[in-house]
Amino acid sequence: MQITSPQFKANARHALDDAPLQRALGHVRSGFITKRAVAAAALPEFDLLRDNARDIKDHVLAHLDLYLEAYAEKVEAAGGTVHWAETAEDARRIILDICRKRGARTVTKGKSMITEEIGLNAFLEEHSVAPVETDLGEYIIQLRGEHPSHIIAPAVHVNKDQVEADFRRVHTHLDPERNLEEPTTLLGEARAVLRDKYFQADIGITGANFLVAETGSSIIVTNEGNGDLTQILPKTHVVVASIEKIVPTLEDVSQILRVLARSATGQDMSVYTTVSTGPKRAGDPDGPEEYHVVLLDNGRSAMLGTEFQDMLRCIRCGACMNHCPVYHAVGGHAYGWVYPGPMGAVLTPSLIGVDKAGHLPNASTFCGRCESVCPMRIPLPKMMRHWREREFSRNLNPATARYGLALWAFFARRPALYQGVTRLAMGALGLIGRGRGRFSFLPLAGGWTRHRDLPAPQGGTFQAQWAKAKDTRSKSASGRASA
Amino acid sequence: MGEGERHALEECKRKGLGMSDAKASILARMRSAMGRKGDETARRAAVTDRLQRAPKGLIPARGQLNPAARVALFCEMAEKVQASIARVASAAEVPQAVTEYLKSKNLPARVRFGEDARLAEMPWAGQANLEIDRGRAENADLATVSHAFGGIAETGTLMLTSGPDNPTTLNFLPEHHIVVVSAADIAGDYESLWERIRAAHGKGTMPRTVNMITGPSRSADIEQTLLLGAHGPRALHIVVVGEA
Repeated sequence: MQITSPQFKANARHALDDAPLQRALGHVRSGFITKRAVAAAALPEFDLLRDNARDIKDHVLAHLDLYLEAYAEKVEAAGGTVHWAETAEDARRIILDICRKRGARTVTKGKSMITEEIGLNAFLEEHSVAPVETDLGEYIIQLRGEHPSHIIAPAVHVNKDQVEADFRRVHTHLDPERNLEEPTTLLGEARAVLRDKYFQADIGITGANFLVAETGSSIIVTNEGNGDLTQILPKTHVVVASIEKIVPTLEDVSQILRVLARSATGQDMSVYTTVSTGPKRAGDPDGPEEYHVVLLDNGRSAMLGTEFQDMLRCIRCGACMNHCPVYHAVGGHAYGWVYPGPMGAVLTPSLIGVDKAGHLPNASTFCGRCESVCPMRIPLPKMMRHWREREFSRNLNPATARYGLALWAFFARRPALYQGVTRLAMGALGLIGRGRGRFSFLPLAGGWTRHRDLPAPQGGTFQAQWAKAKDTRSKSASGRASA
Repeated sequence: MGEGERHALEECKRKGLGMSDAKASILARMRSAMGRKGDETARRAAVTDRLQRAPKGLIPARGQLNPAARVALFCEMAEKVQASIARVASAAEVPQAVTEYLKSKNLPARVRFGEDARLAEMPWAGQANLEIDRGRAENADLATVSHAFGGIAETGTLMLTSGPDNPTTLNFLPEHHIVVVSAADIAGDYESLWERIRAAHGKGTMPRTVNMITGPSRSADIEQTLLLGAHGPRALHIVVVGEA
């Protein structure tokens, strides 16, 4: 897909002015946060399970090579085939080869962010294989020629009336006078249209939430059941998964499952958790005849042993973006590539380069909500700060920012001078602004005053007030001590 | 390529006879990033041990109840996620419960199920008008019956395993999925059922598909409004047999 991360600022400005998008984003702000909070509060062990989930993945990352080998052996023992792909291009080639060998013309797809990452749909179309997205949200955006704007709710930016218009435009075999006002009717229509596709498909492609080393199984976690129909009806099931999805045992999966759905949608458990191992067995009346796993690296092994290794714990629940004020304001497309929100702000520079994605780790208020809700306890703000440091050390920031910071650093290293200058400057600003109490225009602060007024400073500087408060506190403390 | 990476790559190639280049270089890059070379005995032992022991971690207290309370919690949790529940005293009463369910939903008296021996032994002949199809599901099936491997009280989750007994398509193609579960097979937590799966299939070996099912199919992809019956069954009806 076209990367627009370098234009993040323009994307964001555009998103803020996009009225239908802003209406749709209201659902993110209102729904996800309460649901997660209720589900987490109902399980007293929730925070301890988060610790366990983190520890399991840390253990895996420290032994990833060995677990991958153990996993691959098990897949093959169960009659499946493992394909190793170093890059997105390798993965696309491998999948196309499988399609060619099976003479596939139509492939159905369960929801998979990895296939978004490798740009699979466009590639298959170029080679005369028709991919059909079957998750309702993915289906909607495929009809619209768009990409997901959220990792678990791909069409969260689309409103119901837009879905209705798209269905009327594409489902031309149906009565144009039909009533599509109710969301249930829209769902029913998608269900009927896609039912036929499952049966037509030659190959079903899914992602994986987990790859289990103990058994060689892939696991998908879904609510709709589309990922299941995608893998049991066609003759071939292809799993596309990145290398960090490995988990040692079914017990470890169970620990992480307990925090996954609660963090994502506020469900105790998603409707379908499906463990798939190899192709169908002799005597099985259904299931795929062939089972392939494409293991994708695409930059991840290079994150091991760096300050970004913790990001590989991510289980793609979406809690960080659901709680992010920046995501709430601009939505997912503004981030300009596959992964939006705080997890995207950390992962995207790792995968496509900080030179292209440098704006993303800067698009943060550092409020820390993402880290506070992350089920895997990933220190997202800290890692965004690491990216900012790297960006700075590679001279990627604009000159004004660099000179501004250099000027600030000059004063910050000289506390007496800093205090003196800030006292003078704040005093002067307070004096000038005392009439209205705020500025609607201020030289050098246009970025702020274009959108809102800047309050005029009142009283002493922060440091002066702090010193005074500390003085009072210590006096009252010593007063108490002597009493 | 650094010295460590080259060393690791050579080692991979030496050990993995016929190993693909991509596999060798991915593993080599990892080992080099982790600063691994030379004696790996301790790391290998840690991995083998964990895979062998499969330590349980933390089991929430919620499902750790006496058998009767556990079954009650299972029913409560399943109903909370829009499944419906019928409890019957014995397997002999299941066919009657199935007929009643179909009637209550104004469905034709027709179901399909697989070769499950427990289902086969039930007195279906007593339901005079009930038509029974056998084998994997077809697109037109309105209602199917499966026998669950077990249930999990903690979240009201069913566990079903694939095979001729209970083909997986029965779980996803019909509008109404009726699942029979024996009360004695309802555990408090997922971990207990993994142990039973190992006992039934052997450690590290799995049936092609294990489905954990928690309520009927749903989607909230249109304006975050929850709707039932996205691609899988619109309704999930659970018949709990006997007392725990």
